[in-house]
Amino acid sequence: MSKQEEYWHRNLRLVFGLLFIWGAVSFGCGILLHHYLDNYTLPGSHFPLGFWFAQQGSMLTFIVIVFFYAWRMNKLDHEFDVEEEQS
Amino acid sequence: MSVQAWSTLLIFLSFALYIGVAVMSRASSTKEFYVAGGGVHPIVNGMATAADWMSAASFISMAGAISFLGYDGSVYLMGWTGGYVLLALLLAPYLRKFGKFTIPDFVGDRYESKIARVAAVICAIFISFTYVSGQMQGVGIVLSRFLEIDTTTGVLIGMAIVFFYAVLGGMKGITYTQVAQYCVLIFAYLVPAFFLSFQMVDNPIPMFGFGGELADGTPLLEKLNNLHGELGFASYTDGTRAHVDVLFITAALMLGTAGLPHVIVRFYTVPKVRDARKSVGWALLFIAILYTTAPAIAAFARANLIQTVSNQPYEDVPEWFSKWETTGLMSFEDHNNDGLIQYVGPDSGLKNELTVHKDIMVLANPEIAGLPNWVIGLVAAGGLAAALSTAAGLLLVVSTAVSHDLLKRSFKPDISERGELRAARISAGVAVCFAGWFGIHPPGFVAEVVAFAFGLAAASFFPVLIMGIFSKRMNGIAAVSGMMCGFAFTSAYILWFKFLFPESSTPENWWFGISPEGIGALGMLLNFGVAGAIYRLTPPPSLEVQQMVDDIRVPGSFRTEMNDE
Repeated sequence: MSKQEEYWHRNLRLVFGLLFIWGAVSFGCGILLHHYLDNYTLPGSHFPLGFWFAQQGSMLTFIVIVFFYAWRMNKLDHEFDVEEEQS
Repeated sequence: MSVQAWSTLLIFLSFALYIGVAVMSRASSTKEFYVAGGGVHPIVNGMATAADWMSAASFISMAGAISFLGYDGSVYLMGWTGGYVLLALLLAPYLRKFGKFTIPDFVGDRYESKIARVAAVICAIFISFTYVSGQMQGVGIVLSRFLEIDTTTGVLIGMAIVFFYAVLGGMKGITYTQVAQYCVLIFAYLVPAFFLSFQMVDNPIPMFGFGGELADGTPLLEKLNNLHGELGFASYTDGTRAHVDVLFITAALMLGTAGLPHVIVRFYTVPKVRDARKSVGWALLFIAILYTTAPAIAAFARANLIQTVSNQPYEDVPEWFSKWETTGLMSFEDHNNDGLIQYVGPDSGLKNELTVHKDIMVLANPEIAGLPNWVIGLVAAGGLAAALSTAAGLLLVVSTAVSHDLLKRSFKPDISERGELRAARISAGVAVCFAGWFGIHPPGFVAEVVAFAFGLAAASFFPVLIMGIFSKRMNGIAAVSGMMCGFAFTSAYILWFKFLFPESSTPENWWFGISPEGIGALGMLLNFGVAGAIYRLTPPPSLEVQQMVDDIRVPGSFRTEMNDE
């Protein structure tokens, strides 16, 4: 595998992993498991857990996903020495 | 000082601020006009994107919609933020590396097809106009309600302001005014929320207060569920829509958000790919500040409304009630002639006597809660900031589509830089006038058309862009056929249920129980399926295109391979 292919595969793996989390918190916890999770509350508050994921929790996770991806990819660029030249 | 005096003062000050910023950041080249010179700091761009994205609908209507829908309203919260994850992981960095000015640029170059380019231009213009008419209407409503002038004058004032900074400043002017507008709108949104949260649950942070306890010790959400139960509404934290429908609507909104041209183009304005990645994160963070507050406002306002009006004598209603009645956004009809307001849901067996428009929940919230007059004026200025910033971003997409994609890249390639800039300004001006006309004479189906825009973006733009980046062998014929199928299927379904036979739009008749709002997600799958089948039967694109795809996948370049560095 060339360096270029390896870089792309590592990017894809990261993207798929993060998209899995993205789907799990929104479609999973926020929608499909909503009724089940509503039997619990978010610790330290009175939010039913499924409802909280739908109205706040998924969004907070999204922010973490995007910043994590940016940080990880910028590091990967450095590792493969493919950062942009100064323009 | 009266509410009107405060509103006038704050609106005037905010307009003066926007004009001041616009004068300082005039565009002098097409690159500055289209992408602000490409040198915007990622945090600044994030803030501008947030203002660009959060429209009159987010500011004025969303909390109200959630307030009435309860759990079902979560589709907007997850859908309109989840799209940014797709944008960050699948689109923004690659399109930034591609580095031209518009989406049609990418579609046309990647698929080597003028038809694809022109189709993308038409989609972009259609989506933008759909949106912008809602914004101008929002400007008209806010100005007429708070300044007590008529809606037409309100829209004309809004047009003049947008005309001034969009036509002069282009993307550069818009970027920096949007930063100012973000600050105004977020401040205006949070201040009443802090007050409300403090009053109701004794916690100044609304995002947390929402899960707190009322003065009598019952948790707010439990109280709401009880009130809903007593009055015959569906439980606030459960909602009424089927899971599959909620899932598809959320997905369609996410995919649509990631495919909206005025949002994507903002990531062309940062200097580098690494900035584009980070900038999406900042945008999402700035958006989430409002979006995590909205459900809190929704719950506070809902509890407040029910407690203030339910079973109260109509003669004793507070002043704000009658004031909003005159605007037609609230109406009371005493069906059983007992002089009391029966505000009840479908499961109560009684006749509901009160209709409340969803926009009231944010606009009248400060009055319902008895907040000081300056807070009410602030909400007016915030609503205007949200509507104006989005309108400007959309108008820029329209003007770029005409001057750059249609003139320069398709029909008049020899146009000079100055000519192109003049064409961009003229089309921005014409677009402002069109938008104003739609704002004064709003088509009666704005909400339906917006569903259309999202479904369309999800079923056409999003898959074409994804396939263009993630498949090297995807060719023009396959992509265009996929786009056509997705587009035709989605629009046929929406036309059928929204415009031709709206009375048949019930869960029993929907395919797989998916409402027209969510059908774009299915259209997207169809698009991928068709394109995926056809590209196997047709030749791959030219080597140059395959090289280009390789090139956009990395921020810099691999120095070892046939590279003369």
